[in-house]
Amino acid sequence: MPGRLPSRTAILVVLLVLALFLLPWVAGKYPVYLTIQILILAVFSIGFNLLFGYTGLLSFGQAGFFAVGAYGCAKILLAVPNLFLGIAGGVALAGVAALLLGMLSVRHTRIYFSMLTLAFGMMIYSIAWKWRDFTGGDDGLVGIPRAPLEIPGLMSLSVATMERYYYVVLVLSLAAIAAMHRLVRSPLGLTLQAIRDSETRAEFAGVPVRKYRLVAFTVAGLYAGLAGALLPPLENTVTPPIAHWSTSAEPVLATLLGGVHAFSGPIVGAFLFFIIKDIIVRFTEYWLIWFGVIVVALVMGFPGGVMSIFVKRPK
Amino acid sequence: MTGLLTIEAAVKRFGDFVAVNGVSLTILAGRLTAIIGPNGAGKTTLINLATGALFPDSGAMRFKGEAITRLAVHRRIRKGLSRSFQIMNIFARLSVLQNLLVPVLARRGRAGIPFHAIEQETEAVSEARQILREIGLLDEENVPAGTLSHGDQRLLELGIAVAPAPELCFLDEPSSGLTPVERSRVLELIRRLSGERHTTFVIVEHDMDVVFSLADWIVVMNRGEVLAEGPPAEIRENRAVREVYLGEELSA
Repeated sequence: MPGRLPSRTAILVVLLVLALFLLPWVAGKYPVYLTIQILILAVFSIGFNLLFGYTGLLSFGQAGFFAVGAYGCAKILLAVPNLFLGIAGGVALAGVAALLLGMLSVRHTRIYFSMLTLAFGMMIYSIAWKWRDFTGGDDGLVGIPRAPLEIPGLMSLSVATMERYYYVVLVLSLAAIAAMHRLVRSPLGLTLQAIRDSETRAEFAGVPVRKYRLVAFTVAGLYAGLAGALLPPLENTVTPPIAHWSTSAEPVLATLLGGVHAFSGPIVGAFLFFIIKDIIVRFTEYWLIWFGVIVVALVMGFPGGVMSIFVKRPK
Repeated sequence: MTGLLTIEAAVKRFGDFVAVNGVSLTILAGRLTAIIGPNGAGKTTLINLATGALFPDSGAMRFKGEAITRLAVHRRIRKGLSRSFQIMNIFARLSVLQNLLVPVLARRGRAGIPFHAIEQETEAVSEARQILREIGLLDEENVPAGTLSHGDQRLLELGIAVAPAPELCFLDEPSSGLTPVERSRVLELIRRLSGERHTTFVIVEHDMDVVFSLADWIVVMNRGEVLAEGPPAEIRENRAVREVYLGEELSA
């Protein structure tokens, strides 16, 4: 998108980051827990939006890679209690899964791509469900430790408390968001947006379209994997529902809420997602119905997402 | 004489319809060629075959002596074979400058650089600006391309087509839907670019004024076949051509 980060935005971002770092000192356990969930969904969603908003591919299967990251991290932590290893392993496995399934998926676009990713996502869901020996079936994996950050012989930092683990999630999320912010402003980001605007034109501008779709798909898979890998040390368990398509719907909803065409859209959307959900569940157990109503109302009121108010758009 | 592009007995069918029926054609470097013919003559299909948007059912194609019959589109672009489109095809939500940066970065092999800002690609940016200067859209560089006027979008598309610095560039109806003023700007631009950039243009055109004022060589197609080819003066006098095409056009 044309234009630079206005300095007012920069100040806002700095203040927000500062507030996030101070949060455990001023807030109780629950807001900290909720913020971890928001950060995880934010990472999940900006990866999804690299595919959707920037490359023009709507994936309904991101939960599959989220689950690969989560199960991968959980299995590693159960074997070797080292958080670095668990998270890096989860991310790497999700990246490999995305690369392999991406090779098949990016041959198609539009609804065909969406349906394929939905199918692959549900395939991973059924593996999580059926491969009892490895995934624990419907019981899932339990007793996953919030292992220390350890480099053998060099350092070992315990992050067993919620507050400490919050900082792990915060630092990794901010790094992932910053990296994505650079990526979308790089030549690669421009190439992806060109593919979104006109696949044919991009091809005839000398861009190997399929290769770059695969790059976007793999990066989105890595982000889903990171988001997934951050979950088991928080909850100490992993169960198959995280691989279900309804988990894939979360980044879709968050991105639609916040805005597809703004970089910050999916992040703001992740925040709104949990805040709205948190308020509704106090009143009714059928929160999803009311949540749906609110999403529909917001999307109709702000067709470009909430953040579209702040983005100057042509026409 | 050896051609820049040679097409040998190309055939393309869509079901029972034979769009291109055994066309053999040689495009010479430096000779501005126009392909004309009535609707459905197979002109656009021929361009699609030459640029890789479609593969022929039979026949062969050579570019600078190399076989390119089934080469992927982006590889042909790298070799120096590009095109514009009959239907407007630009990156509508990118800025005018970014529209040109896409092909320039791709040609320089820098389209996949992930972690530094586009502004740091100073050589690519100045090259893109140079093209904007040539097509007269430098003042519009930060405007989203989709908001340009129709004529300016045509100019931009021409810019994207020549940005890969092609040796051969097909232009599919470059003047369609333009006002007379815009049309003369586009023609002037094609004439100038074919001189300055050492690009050989092949245009498909319906407007006979455009064809006879611009082309050094005219290829007439009808029903998927080449009916005649030759210099404009010769084509103008060709009886068969007048019957199927020019006759109706000139008397209209």
